[in-house]
Amino acid sequence: MRQSRAIDVSTGLFVLLGMTAILFLVTQITNRDFAWGAESYRLTAQFENIGGLKAGAPVSMAGVTIGRVESIGYDMQAFKADVTMRIDARYDRIPNDSDASIYTAGLLGGQYVGITPGNAEDVYHDGDRVEFVQDAIVLENLISKYLFSQAGKDQAAATPAAQE
Amino acid sequence: MTSLLAEMFGNTRRFLERLGALAWFSLQVLRQAPAAALRPRLVVEQVYHSGALSLVIIMTCGLFIGMVIGLQGYDLLHRIGSEDALGVGAALSLLKELGPVVTALLFAGRAGTALASELGLMRATDQLSAMEVMAVDPMQRVVVPRFLGGLVAMPLLTAIFIAVALFGVQLVGVQFFGIDQGQFWSQMRGAVEPGDVYEGLIKGLVFGMSCSLIAVFEGYTADPTAEGVARATTRTVVISAVVTLVLDYILTALML
Repeated sequence: MRQSRAIDVSTGLFVLLGMTAILFLVTQITNRDFAWGAESYRLTAQFENIGGLKAGAPVSMAGVTIGRVESIGYDMQAFKADVTMRIDARYDRIPNDSDASIYTAGLLGGQYVGITPGNAEDVYHDGDRVEFVQDAIVLENLISKYLFSQAGKDQAAATPAAQE
Repeated sequence: MTSLLAEMFGNTRRFLERLGALAWFSLQVLRQAPAAALRPRLVVEQVYHSGALSLVIIMTCGLFIGMVIGLQGYDLLHRIGSEDALGVGAALSLLKELGPVVTALLFAGRAGTALASELGLMRATDQLSAMEVMAVDPMQRVVVPRFLGGLVAMPLLTAIFIAVALFGVQLVGVQFFGIDQGQFWSQMRGAVEPGDVYEGLIKGLVFGMSCSLIAVFEGYTADPTAEGVARATTRTVVISAVVTLVLDYILTALML
């Protein structure tokens, strides 16, 4: 009897330790700023190009994370990317002419949605769409634009020379 | 030449025989598992033997593996000037691979061998036959509780291993090398998703299932001799290690 009680106690301690470890792993080292069940509301935005934006990417205002990208879809009517964002309910006074842009964190970091507040009196509510958007900057497009503008300049410089 | 062929044929046949026996045995264990869960006393005792008694080796190894990751990771990341990423790298590698796999290997060495030799000795000393004579099903009374005990213990051991290893990483990275504590934890939190934790725990559960099943199977079907018990113990470790690594590949491919 004494023996089996000692076993019970150590087993209980072991299970408790294991549960504590699981709890530690789930709550302390994972990204749970916006845990399920936390109060939040949704905003949507349509972009021509979202670059490498992924579901779960942060939504930030002035560098402060205020929400996360919940899902990304494609709108076959508008031929645009449909981005749904979940914003923490604490940040419920975002003017409804604010704009959403897709930025890249650092040189090689992941992409995120940055919201710049506007001046309107009215604020965004659950389910609203952000109308003013700026697409992700795609490096290839930038390079090709630069190359074509260079080529155009060269041509412009070459043409008068040929006429002479 | 013919003797070589005959030997190969014999080996293949023996392998298939064992595999078939293992499959049949697993089915029986799984079928009896719900009935054994009704007698939690026996299972609790086995959680103690497989889990609580493995705690010391798991925690010691976890600490040192964490500290080695800290040293190696710091050295590597220092060369490319991003030491702050040590937390992320260590957490992800521990959660997804190292934690469950090393825990399973240690579990097979510490608890699996104990299970196999215990059951093998029971077989060798006719205790299992004695139970049958007394109309006690040894499967239900002895084998299934040991299997369930291992199944419960492994995910818990995995979680403890990972937590202790992270402490080791933190010890070397933050305390010895002076990585910024805030950067270490915040980068880790930024990159680790709850899904990564669940992946580690699921792997722990599956490895616990395979390792305990192999241990009780080898012990239960051991030759009733001293040599047979010794062989069963050795095979438990070897087969568990191979199966763990193969399953790890399959699970990783499935959950990636």
